[in-house]
Amino acid sequence: MLEETSVKTLDKVVIRFSGDSGDGMQLVGNIFTNVSAGLGNEVSTFPDYPAEIRAPQGSLGGVSGFQVSVGTGVHTPGDKCDVLVAMNPAALKQNVKHVKPGGVIVVDIDSFKEADLKKALFTTDNPFAELGINAQVLEVPVTSITKAALADSGLDNKSIIKCRNFFALGLVCWLFDRPLESVVHFLSKKFAKKPAILDANTKVLNAGFNYGHNIHASVSTYRVETKEARPGVYTDINGNTATAWGLIMASEKSGRPLFLGSYPITPATDILHELAKRKDLGVKAVQMEDEIAGVCSAIGASFAGDLAVTSTSGPGLALKSEGIGLAVIAELPLVIIDVQRGGPSTGLPTKTEQTDLMQALYGRNGESPVAVVAPASPTDCFTMAFEASRIAIEHMTPVILLTDAFIGNGSSAWRIPDADEYPEIKPPYVPADKLAEGAWRPYDRNADNLVRYWAIPGTEGGMHRLGGLEKDYATGAISTDPVNHERMVHTRREKIARIANDIPALEVLYDCGDADTLLLGWGGTYGHLRTAAQELNDAGHKVAFTHFRYINPLPANTGEVLSKYKKVVVAELNTGMFADYLQSRFPEVKIERVNKIQGQPFLVEEVVSAVTKIMEDK
Amino acid sequence: METTAYTPADYKSDQPVRWCPGCGDHAILNSLHKAMATLGVPPHLTAVISGIGCSSRLPYYMNAYGFHTIHGRAAAIATGFKVANPEMTVWQISGDGDGLAIGGNHFIHAVRRNIDINMLLLNNKIYGLTKGQYSPTSDRGFVSKSSPYGTVEDPFIPAELVFGARGNFFARSIDVELQITQEALLAAARHHGASVVEILQNCVIYNNGIHNRITDREYRPDRTIHLVHGEKMVFGKNRDKGLVQDGFLLKAVEIGKDGYTMDDVLVHDAHTPTNFLHQQLAMMDGTDLPLAIGVIRDVDSLTYNDEVERQVADVRAAKGFDSLRDMIMAGETWEVK
Repeated sequence: MLEETSVKTLDKVVIRFSGDSGDGMQLVGNIFTNVSAGLGNEVSTFPDYPAEIRAPQGSLGGVSGFQVSVGTGVHTPGDKCDVLVAMNPAALKQNVKHVKPGGVIVVDIDSFKEADLKKALFTTDNPFAELGINAQVLEVPVTSITKAALADSGLDNKSIIKCRNFFALGLVCWLFDRPLESVVHFLSKKFAKKPAILDANTKVLNAGFNYGHNIHASVSTYRVETKEARPGVYTDINGNTATAWGLIMASEKSGRPLFLGSYPITPATDILHELAKRKDLGVKAVQMEDEIAGVCSAIGASFAGDLAVTSTSGPGLALKSEGIGLAVIAELPLVIIDVQRGGPSTGLPTKTEQTDLMQALYGRNGESPVAVVAPASPTDCFTMAFEASRIAIEHMTPVILLTDAFIGNGSSAWRIPDADEYPEIKPPYVPADKLAEGAWRPYDRNADNLVRYWAIPGTEGGMHRLGGLEKDYATGAISTDPVNHERMVHTRREKIARIANDIPALEVLYDCGDADTLLLGWGGTYGHLRTAAQELNDAGHKVAFTHFRYINPLPANTGEVLSKYKKVVVAELNTGMFADYLQSRFPEVKIERVNKIQGQPFLVEEVVSAVTKIMEDK
Repeated sequence: METTAYTPADYKSDQPVRWCPGCGDHAILNSLHKAMATLGVPPHLTAVISGIGCSSRLPYYMNAYGFHTIHGRAAAIATGFKVANPEMTVWQISGDGDGLAIGGNHFIHAVRRNIDINMLLLNNKIYGLTKGQYSPTSDRGFVSKSSPYGTVEDPFIPAELVFGARGNFFARSIDVELQITQEALLAAARHHGASVVEILQNCVIYNNGIHNRITDREYRPDRTIHLVHGEKMVFGKNRDKGLVQDGFLLKAVEIGKDGYTMDDVLVHDAHTPTNFLHQQLAMMDGTDLPLAIGVIRDVDSLTYNDEVERQVADVRAAKGFDSLRDMIMAGETWEVK
């Protein structure tokens, strides 16, 4: 099922500053170029002036642009940009065609008033919808923040407005980790004789940088390339959108309406954004008052009969723990999405890690097993969100989907699947004859997979009571009987274990035939690790490779696969959580570890050199 | 009373009721069963969702779709339930600790959002299930196991929170006032939007008699006033007292004394959108002015769940898709042959 992919860290990024010809776009574009060159980047620029020297302000003819590509191997200013800065509606309209799908557009929303829109010949009051934008739009009140920052500067209004371009520059510097010191150094030369202007521009520059910091603005500089493209219709997709769409597919395949209860948190919020838009497909996405209410509203929706989901990142998962426990004991389907970021606590909100694995597996009170799955790539988020939903519904259990900031924000070309490529999801409804006889109890189970049956509220004869208190195995009434409790604990555990009969076997994805060493990972590191495995073999090191997307339960043949190798190298973006998990289950396997906890994805070369070293240490 | 196809027994489950003998919850449960029968929504279209605490055991005693959840979260769970399945009539049961301490955030937001659920707040001013700690409605100085020298904090007045959260329905009753409780519950169920019914409830074990100052048979007629929409605000054992306007405030007077006549006595208007007078009525505490019971505020407004349904319908009518694939194909795509 996993397509062969490779991850590319973009070796160059393209930024386009655009605005009215008086907005100083050329100046900030030039400064950004110079600062980047000073950092050792190759640069290529493309100033794009209006033909008219004095076109009417705000008109389409008056738009001035400056495009710059920075990075390595830069030979051109780039075809399309990763980030577009548009200071007014005309600039947006003229330049939107230059933005890569999934890119970021920064607009000064203060200059998107009705009159501004008219000047740029927009016919509706929503220019973003009118242009059909397929990019992340950051609506930033640039003018008002600039005014606020310079309220005490003593400058007149016109001079203050002229500083707006430095806000945009500050924000772009945040997005691409450019230190402001070098910008300030450059400014102090340019405005040496105008200390008031220098001071004002520096203040606004900082305001823009801080704004990016405060709203966790980020742009992914990674791209996962799919090899051997199968014939079909493709679109460009990032992992968070793919996750949202996978849930919608599961809703279509199960016949259960989709409900999302969520609370904004970086880097998971785009899932809420996407599903909030999908009222056009009947999706109900509710922004609740906190993380706990997010999961609890989803539990309510699940009890009511929906495919219920909550989306969050690590700190939010911690807050949801008690709620997830309720869904465990009530045996209700629930999908919990954790787009992992750097921790602990607020940690590195915009950066990627795989450090929530233990929290997902064990982070609840009591014996509280849940299923855990983890997509391997941006496009695999679609498949695994579908799988999480399928397992949740068919096995009546919470399922945690562990994605991460890297695949959540990273994008990839994706072949749009036909609906029949995904299986029907069959909710375990209470059989009609049982309902009619009144012989049904809420914890009656399917003897094969131990799944209890689901009575959707509104069904006549299906009235029942669930709750967080332990229930009697047979009657479903409250029970404090000691032996019954132990039986229920084992039943819930065994129910999760038997999901292993309903997921694909673990495949060795790369095997030269006589390798002694198995490299493996889980979740979002797939692209880097697979590329590393290829490079290791190219360099003459015999290494097999496998990758886990089903974490709990593990595929049934996991022990069998691991036992074939003398050494198993587990590479992950934490201190060794999956390695510990595997070791606890397969104590006889010799496990080596490759770890990185820098808020950054692996580099292929890091993995290659670490594995090489392990192989050389006999 | 109106009659429907249902009797209170239709809403009773087969579970034995496990509250202490003498607990006010028994009377409230009976009132709820009766109100449900009068309302006539069939059991399979009725959901009862609670948090944790003595009162939150209530769903086990209902023949309905019941869910006894976790501490403080009933309002959030009921919100998700109602949005997902708006055909159901949803009752949400909390106590003062569950609803106003650990669940305070969900409480105010459910009210603000105006989700169409019936929120019962059983207020006994104590934590009973954990054996007697002060709650967020305990009066300043209240001595309990966790405040052996008396509390040094002021309580919430539930009505004030409801108004602060811009609530459109607030009613109050007393556990022993079966008729008024039923009347309040019925009005809450018929109200379109979040409706809060505070019921003063007696914890016979840990806080026995906490409401006696008001609820004792001897004082009750003089220290409470039963408000009925469209009727004069009259109270007292002999129905000879009334509420009149005194500047911006309310005043209790004896009718026929000091020049006050029945014409001066205010008429209760529960449906007026302005909540100024409702707040004053709800804040009366049984000392200088009688404690108000009955439906104090009942104003129709847009509900969250209806608006969600409307938006879905509008968006789908304007640019809806039949399937996910249709939606994706309408975006930017390319073909590989």
